[in-house]
Amino acid sequence: MNWLQKIMSPRARTQNTSAGKGKVPEGVWEKCGGCGTVLYRPELERNLMVCPKCGHHHYIGARARLLSLFDEGSTQELWASLEPTDPLKFRDSKKYRDRIVAAQKSTGEKDALLAMGGKLKGRPLMAVAFEFAYMGGSMGSVVGEKFTRAAEKALADRSALVCFSATGGARMQEALFSLMQMAKTSAALARLRDAGVPYISVLTNPTTGGVSASLAMLGDINIGEPKALIGFAGPRVIEQTVRETLPEGFQRSEFLLEHGAIDMIVDRREMRDKLADLFGLLTKAPRAA
Amino acid sequence: MNPNFLDFEQPIAELEAKIEELRHASNGQAFNIDEEVRRLREKLKVKTAEIFRNLNSWQTTQLSRHPARPYTLDYISVMCEEFHELAGDRAYADDGAIVGGLGRIGGRPVMIIGHQKARDTKGKIKRNFGMPRPEGYRKALRLMKMAERFGLPLLTFIDTMGAYPGIGAEERGQSEAIARNLLEMADLKTPIVCTVIGEGGSGGALAIGVGDRTLMLQYSTYSVITPEGCASILWKSGEKTKDAAEALGMTAPRLLELGLIDKVVREPLGGAHRNPQSMAVRLKAVLLNQLDELAAMPLADLLERRYQRLRGYGAYQE
Repeated sequence: MNWLQKIMSPRARTQNTSAGKGKVPEGVWEKCGGCGTVLYRPELERNLMVCPKCGHHHYIGARARLLSLFDEGSTQELWASLEPTDPLKFRDSKKYRDRIVAAQKSTGEKDALLAMGGKLKGRPLMAVAFEFAYMGGSMGSVVGEKFTRAAEKALADRSALVCFSATGGARMQEALFSLMQMAKTSAALARLRDAGVPYISVLTNPTTGGVSASLAMLGDINIGEPKALIGFAGPRVIEQTVRETLPEGFQRSEFLLEHGAIDMIVDRREMRDKLADLFGLLTKAPRAA
Repeated sequence: MNPNFLDFEQPIAELEAKIEELRHASNGQAFNIDEEVRRLREKLKVKTAEIFRNLNSWQTTQLSRHPARPYTLDYISVMCEEFHELAGDRAYADDGAIVGGLGRIGGRPVMIIGHQKARDTKGKIKRNFGMPRPEGYRKALRLMKMAERFGLPLLTFIDTMGAYPGIGAEERGQSEAIARNLLEMADLKTPIVCTVIGEGGSGGALAIGVGDRTLMLQYSTYSVITPEGCASILWKSGEKTKDAAEALGMTAPRLLELGLIDKVVREPLGGAHRNPQSMAVRLKAVLLNQLDELAAMPLADLLERRYQRLRGYGAYQE
C-alpha cells in the first residue's frame, strides 16, 4: 500500500481496490508509488522500503524502523504491555473497543507507539516510533504515556531521545484525554530541554494534527523524510476552508525546509549515520565510526 | 424567530417580548400592569430554568458559541481596574484573534491573554472568527515570557473553534507555534490559571491552555475536535453532529467528572449572555481565589505540581 492509499479514507481505498487498478499479488511484489516499477518485496525491505530505482520512501512499520536504527542485538522493547482503555465508552459507527481489537489484530501491536532502548554505534539511545497502521498512528493515552516515559527515562539515563512520527494526529475516540497528551508530552520535553538532553524529531509521512502541533515539532533538531506530508491541518480541511487549490508540493518536507520549519531532509538509508553524527556532536562525544 | 436566541431559547424570547410589549403599552397609562409583568417574569424564570435543566451536549455546544456570549475583552472590561493591550509578535504581525496585555484585577497586576471573537461582520474579519494564526500564538508566547520575567501571574481565556487552517498559517508554522507554547507553558515560572469561557477548540485552545488550573464556565465546551468535524470523519455524515457532541463528552460537568478540568464556574440563569455583568463578577471572584491559592505556593512546588498534573492525564492499563 503506498502512502497515498494510506492517507485516503478507508472507503475511498476500498473503492479503489475493488476496481482492481494496478493490483499486484500481496506479499511478494510491491508496485513503487514513485516510479511504478514492480519491486521484489524482500529486496525492498532490505532497502528499508526505499525504492532502489527512484528513491521513493514507502511506508515502513515502527518495529522494522526501530530495529534498523539500533546496533544489532542491542535493543530492548520498553513498556510493551501498555494498553488502551475506553474511558468514554466511545461509539461512532463502530465501538472504540472493537476498533482497538481490530487494530491490535492487524498490526500485532498493543497501541500506536513503540519504545525501545539500545545502542546507536555503541552509545545509549532511547527511541520511539509511531505505527501508522494502528488507527492512523493516532495519539491517545497510551501513546502519550509511553512517549512521556521514554522522555523521562532518557532524562534519568542522560541518553539521547529520537522520535519517528507517522500519524494523523489525536485519537478522536479518546476525546479530551487525547488532546491532553499534547500538553503531557510537551511538558516532558520541557524537562529534557532544561537538562540539556538532546531530542531529535524525525517527521515521516504523514505527520499532522495534534502530534505535529506538539512533540513532533519540538526537536532540538527536526528532520523530515523526503516528500513526507507534514502539517497542522490536513490538506482537505485547508482546501475546504480557503476554497482554493493548494500549491504543488504544499506541506511536503521540501516545502517545510524552504519555510524554515525543519532543519534538513534525510534519506532513510542514511538516517542511522546522520543521527549518530548529530547526537555525537550534541553530546560532545568523539565521532562514532 | 429572534436571531439573538437559539432555537431552544425561543420560549424565553417570546416571554421577554411579551413583557417588553406590556411595559411599553403601559407607558403613561393609568391602569396597573405590574401584577401581570411580575407574573410573566416569574413564568420566564421557571421556563428558563426548565429549559436549562436538561440541556444536551449539542445544545451546550450551541450555547458556547452563542452570538451574544461575552468574549475575552467583555470580561476584561468588567474585571479589570485597568488594562493595557499589547500588540504584535515582533516577527510578522498582530493577530486579532488573540488579545493580550497587562491588567490589574482586584488590585493585583496580571498578564491576561485570550482568544477574541466579534459580533459584527467587520469585527469578525478582524478577529478571523476567533481562529488564530501562528503570529497570534507567538504574540501570546511573547507575553507569557514577559509575565515570567516580571513575576506576574498569567490568566488565559479560551474561546476558539480552533487554530486557523489556512495556507499562510501552515507556511508560517502553525504546528510549531502551538507546540512551542505547550512546552513553554508547562515550564513557565509563574502561576497560570486557564478558563474556558466559550469554545475550547482542540490544539488552538490548548496553545494558551496549559497551566496550574483549568476552569470552565458551566456552558462552555472543550474538545479535541468540533462535533461537526468528528461526525464527518467518524460517521461520514453531517447529520450525526448531536451524537458526536454526546460521544465526545465535551461539557464542563462531564469533563470535571472525568478529572480533566479542575472547576466548573456556574453561569447565571439562562447562560452568561443573559447577564454578562454578573458572570464577570462571579468569575473575577473565582479567579482571585485561585490566584491567592497559587501565590501561596513556592515556585518549585508550583512547577512540580504542574508537571505531575499534566503527567497524570490519561487512561490506560498495563
